[in-house]
Amino acid sequence: MKIVVAIKQVPERDAQVRINPSGKWIEESGLQYALNESDAYALEEALQLKEKHGGEVIVVSAGPERVGQTIREALAKGADRAIHIDCDDLGNRDALGVARLLAAAVKPENPDLVLTGLQSEDLGLGQTGVIVAELLNLPHATLILHVEKTETGLTVKRELEEGWFQTIDLPTPAVLTIQSGGNKLRYATLMGIKRAKTKEVRRVTAAELAVDATPVVILDQILLPHKQKSTQMLSGSPKEAAAALAEKLKFEVRVL
Amino acid sequence: MSGILVVLELQTTSGQRAGRISRISWEALAAGQKLAAAQSLNITAAIVGADTESLAAEIAAKGIATIRVDHPLLAQYTPDGFTLALQQLIQSESPTQVVFPHTYQVRDYAPALAARLNQVLISDVVDIAPGPVFTRQLMQGRLNGNYRSTGTGPCLISVQAGAFRAESTESATTPAEIKTFTPTIEAAQIRTIPGEPFRGSSQSVDLGSAQLIVSVGRGIKEAENIPIVQELANALGAELAASRPICDNGWLSMDHQVGSSGQTVSPKLYLAVGISGAIQHLVGMKGSQCIVAINKDPDAPIFEIADYGIVGDLFEVVPALTAAIKAAKQ
Repeated sequence: MKIVVAIKQVPERDAQVRINPSGKWIEESGLQYALNESDAYALEEALQLKEKHGGEVIVVSAGPERVGQTIREALAKGADRAIHIDCDDLGNRDALGVARLLAAAVKPENPDLVLTGLQSEDLGLGQTGVIVAELLNLPHATLILHVEKTETGLTVKRELEEGWFQTIDLPTPAVLTIQSGGNKLRYATLMGIKRAKTKEVRRVTAAELAVDATPVVILDQILLPHKQKSTQMLSGSPKEAAAALAEKLKFEVRVL
Repeated sequence: MSGILVVLELQTTSGQRAGRISRISWEALAAGQKLAAAQSLNITAAIVGADTESLAAEIAAKGIATIRVDHPLLAQYTPDGFTLALQQLIQSESPTQVVFPHTYQVRDYAPALAARLNQVLISDVVDIAPGPVFTRQLMQGRLNGNYRSTGTGPCLISVQAGAFRAESTESATTPAEIKTFTPTIEAAQIRTIPGEPFRGSSQSVDLGSAQLIVSVGRGIKEAENIPIVQELANALGAELAASRPICDNGWLSMDHQVGSSGQTVSPKLYLAVGISGAIQHLVGMKGSQCIVAINKDPDAPIFEIADYGIVGDLFEVVPALTAAIKAAKQ
């Protein structure tokens, strides 16, 4: 099975994000980046499918120079090779624009399966995989926790709301967006990190892919959210704050 | 028509489609009404399925002109079927804006539908301002982004659960018109075969009826640290719950999970420990009567909805709180 996994580099979860002077994006200087969590699960699913059925795992990621580090991490975990779509203006492209880049890079590979995480932790659009499927004219399923290869294609386990699930049968080639939690994530081994250095990372520029970059939807302004409630912050040492909270729970909330 | 089209969905109860319109669909309709009023446009509702007569009547009874997008191949949801049907409806009606509820189902097909129309869905909208400008959350709820469409075609948006208040659903004196739209769909165009919904693991933890909940998130760092919050829950006489990553890692079983993919709770007290407050979690607990948050990050979104907050190291605060609660109970 030839599997392409589309991954995204996002600001680290605990990073302190600030709005940059343009008011249209976050301040990127000094920010630490990591692999988007549900993309990590997509990669894990791909690696497990390869271990079971053989084949090849190719990661593809769009973004500037710094994305190379996240690609190396994916290679260290076991991906065979990578495509880096060199692109400094990712933030100016909308979901369709980014999906066009990915689809253009994936198409010549003719994969049996394209996997990606269900949603990114920075923009949270949750659309990329579905649009890539549409652009490649492939069937898709979203929020997938488990993938089983069948004689004719795939049987996948899809998460529904409130603790319900369903299975979906679909032919290959197909696109799946992966929900977190379906597998246990692996760590890169020392050997894996060593071997990653020799693996192929093909760089292709956004210009070479020659896709339409004109956005239909524009992010105009970024703001701090307004508070929905007035929160009583309890300060002091941990012991003082805890004692103050116990007081509140006893006399105001009345649960003690 | 150059108006607002709102796509409504069926309520699912216990994984099954119930024979009525979902609450979040009425909220999408409210968002549509807001857009219609601001731009002096008409509003039309659409319901997609097979045998949609009674559902269409339920909507039309509220005075909203309704289109039944009806076809035997739409009896079960598939992304291919719904995309084809709505693409044809939108091309026939030419609405200015199309409003969807932001559900798992809409997330599954609306981005493809938008792309097929050369548009981009503005997903998970929480507010609408004149322009129209659509606000959605970024960075796990730490920031808001204001979006607008520059396209000439229909603008597609999906609205977050709870973001718009559904109007008090009084019946109109005379029901509005109901039209039927029959899309052209061939069986061969539907490439996926959906199975019947089923329940996950046996549900042994019933958080829905719990009065007091202590909930733990990523801040706990390791499975070995879970007893720290378990002791707090025991001292309070509370149920222990968790955010998704804790269950994903297997530190607590899946039936402890609160949020859009887990249980929805509204206890008297929800004490969130080391939970930053991503929207997927907040939708499952924001109806709680009293929310307390303990987190090391003063900018964590959980504090935006908390009644009481402590910024600090949970490994120091939680044991101190357990001791203080034991003392206060004596």
